This record gives sequence, C-alpha cells and structure tokens, in this order.
Amino acid sequence: MSTIARKKGVGAVLWDYLTTVDHKKIAHLYLIAGGIFFLLGGLEALFIRIQLAKPNNDFLVGGLYNEVLTMHGTTMIFLAAMPLLFAFMNAVIPLQIGARDVAFPFLNALGFWMFFFGGLFLNCSWFLGGAPDAGWTSYASLSLESKAHHGIDFYTLGLQISGFGTIMGAINFLVTIINMRAPGMTFMRMPMFTWATFVTSALILFAFPPLTVGLIFMMMDRLFGGNFFNPAAGGNTIIWEHLFWVFGHPEVYILILPSFGIFSEIFATFSRKRLFGYSSMVFATVLIAFLGFMVWAHHMFTVGMGPIANAIFAVATMTIAVPTGVKIFNWLFTMWGGSIKFTTPMHYAVAFIPSFVMGGVTGVMLSAAAADYQYHDSYFVVAHFHYVIVGGVVFALLAGTHYWWPKMFGRMLNETLGKITFWLFFIGFHLTFFIQHFLGLTGMPRRVFTYLPNQGWETGNFVSTVGAFFMAIATVILLINIVITTVKGEKVPGDAWGDGRTLEWAIASPPPVYNFAQTPLVRGLDAFWLEKMEGKKELTPAEPLGDIHMPNSSFLPFVIAFGLFVAAFGFTYHNDAGWGLPVGILGLLITLGSMFLRSVIDDHGFHIHKEEVLELEKKGANA
Amino acid sequence: MANQTNSGNERVDLAYRRRKNAEEMRHQVIAFVLMILLTLIAFAAVGYEEFSHWFVVPFILLLAAVQVAFQLYYFMHMSHKGHEFPAMFIYGGVAVMLLLVWAFTTVIWW
Ligand code: HEM
Ligand SMILES: [Cu+2]
Repeated sequence: MSTIARKKGVGAVLWDYLTTVDHKKIAHLYLIAGGIFFLLGGLEALFIRIQLAKPNNDFLVGGLYNEVLTMHGTTMIFLAAMPLLFAFMNAVIPLQIGARDVAFPFLNALGFWMFFFGGLFLNCSWFLGGAPDAGWTSYASLSLESKAHHGIDFYTLGLQISGFGTIMGAINFLVTIINMRAPGMTFMRMPMFTWATFVTSALILFAFPPLTVGLIFMMMDRLFGGNFFNPAAGGNTIIWEHLFWVFGHPEVYILILPSFGIFSEIFATFSRKRLFGYSSMVFATVLIAFLGFMVWAHHMFTVGMGPIANAIFAVATMTIAVPTGVKIFNWLFTMWGGSIKFTTPMHYAVAFIPSFVMGGVTGVMLSAAAADYQYHDSYFVVAHFHYVIVGGVVFALLAGTHYWWPKMFGRMLNETLGKITFWLFFIGFHLTFFIQHFLGLTGMPRRVFTYLPNQGWETGNFVSTVGAFFMAIATVILLINIVITTVKGEKVPGDAWGDGRTLEWAIASPPPVYNFAQTPLVRGLDAFWLEKMEGKKELTPAEPLGDIHMPNSSFLPFVIAFGLFVAAFGFTYHNDAGWGLPVGILGLLITLGSMFLRSVIDDHGFHIHKEEVLELEKKGANA
Repeated sequence: MANQTNSGNERVDLAYRRRKNAEEMRHQVIAFVLMILLTLIAFAAVGYEEFSHWFVVPFILLLAAVQVAFQLYYFMHMSHKGHEFPAMFIYGGVAVMLLLVWAFTTVIWW
C-alpha cells in the first residue's frame, strides 16, 4: 500500500472517507456532518423566530411549531455542538500529546458512523409522519401521549444509536490520553484542551448511561408495551425527568468544558504568554466535572421534591460558580501584560468572557430555588441557556474553526471575512437573547407557539428575530469564507499563526498520515514554545527514525452502524406492519454479522517504511 | 514497542519472576477457595428457614460485594501496579450509581 499522495477521483475520495480510521479524516467527517446539522438546527431556529416575530402569527402553528422547536434543541445539542467538539478533539488531541494515532482507530470510526446514522434516523422523521414534538427533554408525561405519529420513537432510537457512538468516542479519548502521551508529557504538562477533553470524556462515560437507561425505558413503554413511566400501571413519570437530567446537566458541561479548553489555547497563543494559573485551571476543570454530577435536580425545582431536596440542590448548584470564576480570572490574567494579537479566534475569546459571565450570572439567579418558581419555563430560562451555550460553546466552535482550520486543511481562513462574521454574530447574538431576559421576567412562557398583542412583548420579540437574522448572515459569510479559502486560500507552514505553543504546531499543516515522523520528547508545558525559545525550529525527537506501523482502513464501522439504522426502522414500525419485525431482526443481523467479521478477520495493519517517511517529510517541508 | 513493556530483561529476572508467579498462584488459589466458601455460605443463609429476610438480603449483598472485590483484585489483577486508572474509573462509576440510588430512594420514593 502506497501512502504517496496522488490525484484521486471523487469515488476514491468518497471510499477513502467511508472506510477511514485516521483520526484526522474522522475529524473532517465530524466537522462536515456536525456542520450540516448546525445549519439545519439554525434554519429551525430561524423558523421559530419568524413565527414569534409578531403576535398571533400563523407561520408555524401548534403541532408543527412543537416539532420544529423540539428538533432545534435536539439537533443543536446532540448533532451539532457535540460532534463539532468531537471534530476538534479528533483533529487535535493526538497531535497535542505527540501520538501517531488514537488508541482505538476502528472504534473511533464506529463512533462517528453511529452518531451519523443516529442523527440521520432522527431527521428521517420529518418525512415519515412527523418529527418528535415533546421538547428536547421529551418528558414522559408529554411524550407517552404523543401518539399521532412515530416522532418520539425516532427520538428514542435515534438518540440511542448516536449516544452509543458518543460513549465510544469518549472511551477512545480516555485511553488515548492515558496511554499514548509522548515521552516526557506528564499529566501536568498536557495542554489545557487535552485536559478538557480528558475530563469531558470521563463525564460522557458516566453521564450517558443514565440517558441510555432512560431511552430504553422510553422505548419499552412506547414500542414494547412497558409501563415504566405510566402511573396508571404503577410506573412513575418523574423517573424519566431524573434520568434525563442526571444525564442532562453533565451534558451541558460536556459541551462547555472542551469550549473552555479551546479558549485556554487561544488566550495563551495570542497573548503570547503562558496560560495563567495552569494548575488551578486543571483543578477547576476537574472540580466542575465532579460538582456537575450533584446538581441535576435544579432543573426540577418546581416538580415538588420538597424544601430539603430543593435547598441541597440549590446550594450545590451555586458552588459551581466558584471554580468557574477561577477560570474566568485565569483567562483575564493570561491576557494581562501579554502582547495580544487580535486575530479572529482572539475576537471570539475576548467576547466570550462577558457573554458567558452574563449567562453564568443568570444561572446563579436560577439556582435560587424559591426565585426559580418565578423564572421556570419562561423566556428567562431560554435567555440563560443561550447565553451560555451560544456565548460559550458556539463562540468556541467558531473560534476553534478559525484557529485550527489551517492545521486541519493547510490553508488560512480569510481574516477579514472572519472578523466580519464575528461582529455580525456577536451583535446578532446579544440582540436575539438579551431582550429575552426581560420577556421572561414579564411573563412570556417558553415553548408556546404564539402570544397575544398588547402584553408588551411585541418589540422584544421583533428585536429578537432581527438578531437571529444577523447570526444567519454571519453563518453564510463563514460558509463563503470556507469556499473561498478552499479554492484559493494561502498555504500555511506548520506553525500557521507563528505563535503556536503546543505540539500540533510543530508538524506540517495538514499533518502527514503518521503525524510525527519521530515521536517527540516533551520537556515542559507548551513543549513547542520551549523549543522555539531555545532557538530551535523542531522538536527534540525521542526515538530514531524507523518504520511506522499504521492501521488498515475498514468498511465495517459503516456497516455496523448501518445495521442499527435499519433495525431502528424495523422496530419503530413493528406494531403497525408485518415487515417491521423481520426488518428489525435483519438490521441486528447486519450489525452482529459485521461485528463477527471484525472479530475473526486478522488485521495487523501495515508499515510505512523509513524511506517513504523521509520522502514525505521532505515534501511536507517544501509545501 | 520494546521500550514500552515494563518487564525488563527476561533472563536476568527469571528467578524473581518464578517466585513472584508462585506467590501469585497461591493468592489466586486462596481467593478461589474463599469465593467458593462464600458462595456456600450464601446458599446456606438463604436455605436456612430461621433467618429473617431482613438479615439474609443485606447479608448476601455484603457477600456479593466481597466476591466482586476478590474477582477484581485477585483474578483481574487490580492489586498490581498500573491499575490506578481502571480503579479510579470503577470507583467513580460506583460513586455516581450510589448517589443516584440514594437520590431516587429519598426524592422519588420516600
Ligand atoms: C443560532 C442561533 C440560535 C437561535 C436564533 C436560537 C433560537 C432559539 C429559540 C427561539 C428557541 C425556542 C425557545 C422556546 O420557545 O422554548 C430555542 C430553544 C433552544 N435552543 Fe436555541 N437558538 C440558537 C442556537 C442554539 C444553539 C447553538 C444551541 C445548542 C448548542 C441551542 C439550544 C437550544 C435548546 C436546547 C433549546 C430548548 C429547546 C426546547 O426547550 O425544546 N440553540 N432556541
Ligand atoms: Cu443544569
């Protein structure tokens, strides 16, 4: 097998991506799929805002509004934000720790295809009667009553499949980070983004199983005659709420911790200074993850858990503000006295601080259980979570896109267009969501498809809709930027920004298949920066140049996930049609059969020989 | 990769490793006998009519926990060096589960 790059046809490229187990290509897949779902979720958001732009509007009425709203939330969280974060983790983590690959390349590919087919299945609901319509939280008391179509079944089975993919991805990163760090890279020398990924993966490992259990119960209740959530038959609908939020609250940290990691990298790079308080950053990240497990019931203050439970969960929630505050101050002190370069990623990073803090402040307001009786289910909550999710996570995703695009694709995104995108998005974001605080405080309920005139909500809603269009335009400009860059962007060297601190900037952009020709020796935090300060251009190698072992591509991950996709259709319809059960079993057989093949086929991978490595390195250096 | 295994030079260590293996074997056999004994006690406890359920159920759960520990530490080598991470994640998972059960029993089904 030759690894020398040559011009390939479309079919060959497609096949390459369908069978790849290379973390860098899997990163591309996550970026593309997550990006498409992000556009879809954004379109749904626009539809919501158009409907709410004026009172008594009839653009999206009743059930259809519920479907669009549910799919907006579900898509953005599960199919856009998380996969896009996974894209950056895949692209960057092995490079940051000086590894040639991830620990389980096959599993990594399988994780992607599971997510992809789960998301595809969920969105098939649009064409098959109707999408899920019980909110992204899908409370059992609503979802068990949604009997007009199979929407909720698409939700349960789709999320189940993509959730398996997420757990696999997390396990892969945990093992990769524990076992595959380059010599000298101790835990306390890991870059902040690597730390964030590590902690996030642990959160996923512990937080997704409750969701899995909840979804299995829900599937049983809806498709197989179960009664877990049916009070009339001795079940309990509150159990779903607990299971969902035991997952759901850690989930928001699963989104925000990697975002914090991205910003930590950006602050240090463009302040051209070591991250302030590195060890307190690590400690704060771990503490947030730990506390994140004990606060889920703050979503259920009004359910009637009683004053003691409410008080405990309120206090637990408030404590999370402390480690978060530590991080905020560390970022500020990183910038303090630094020689700051205002690149596009740095714009997002600087804007993130006040935006995210506003979301944090409303969060502390909401955590006061007594006050929450007033805020709950109003637009105040909507404003809160968009301030943290958009002002935190989406800003981080956009920043990360600009920051690592040159590393992933070898070309720099246009900075001028990038800054235009930033300003439009930033202004649009605050226009859309700031005013929603006041809509909420004056009583506008969330998740209701319209409102009457003369309640003082017209202006606020109109402003909010205008803001949404600003964000839409910003996104379109980003897309144009991507197209222009791909066609004729300037090629960049390995250290694309000139200020790279971590290992990924020490190798060519895009990196060769094997990442590092020689495993580097790490001599401290910000390993590449240290070498540069000593006047060197390259890393100190930890081993002589030799043959490099690589895993073979495989089509099986795709087939395994596809089998579950087929099975999900079968079981969704098994109560209505005779073909349901056989199709379901057929799908499971496809999955189990290809898993069997995976177990029996011996696959030892292949070697890239030393001479080939040398040749590739020479080409990389000239490019 | 040779420099990633921690066994060092095999021939030099042979005597040491012999002794180590023998010791290991003895532990495994002792653990195995104990586990069979615990299983027999559990059966006896359930079979013996005089014991009330309030005693038997917690008692055999306790025995089960001991069995799990034996399994992990002796048969799956968690007592050896280099298992800190598996241990950490197992205990982490157990802690999350206990928290859940505790919360469910107090908040939902008090
Ligand atoms: C791009 C601009 C965005 C706009 C204009 C927007 C707008 C909206 C609107 C109007 C709602 C409906 C609120 C309601 O009536 O309950 C909503 C809900 C929601 N949004 Fe966004 N959103 C955006 C981005 C995002 C992103 C990026 C995420 C997640 C990563 C997100 C997550 C959610 C969630 C979880 C809900 C709650 C859904 C539910 O309760 O059913 N949004 N958003
Ligand atoms: Cu929460």
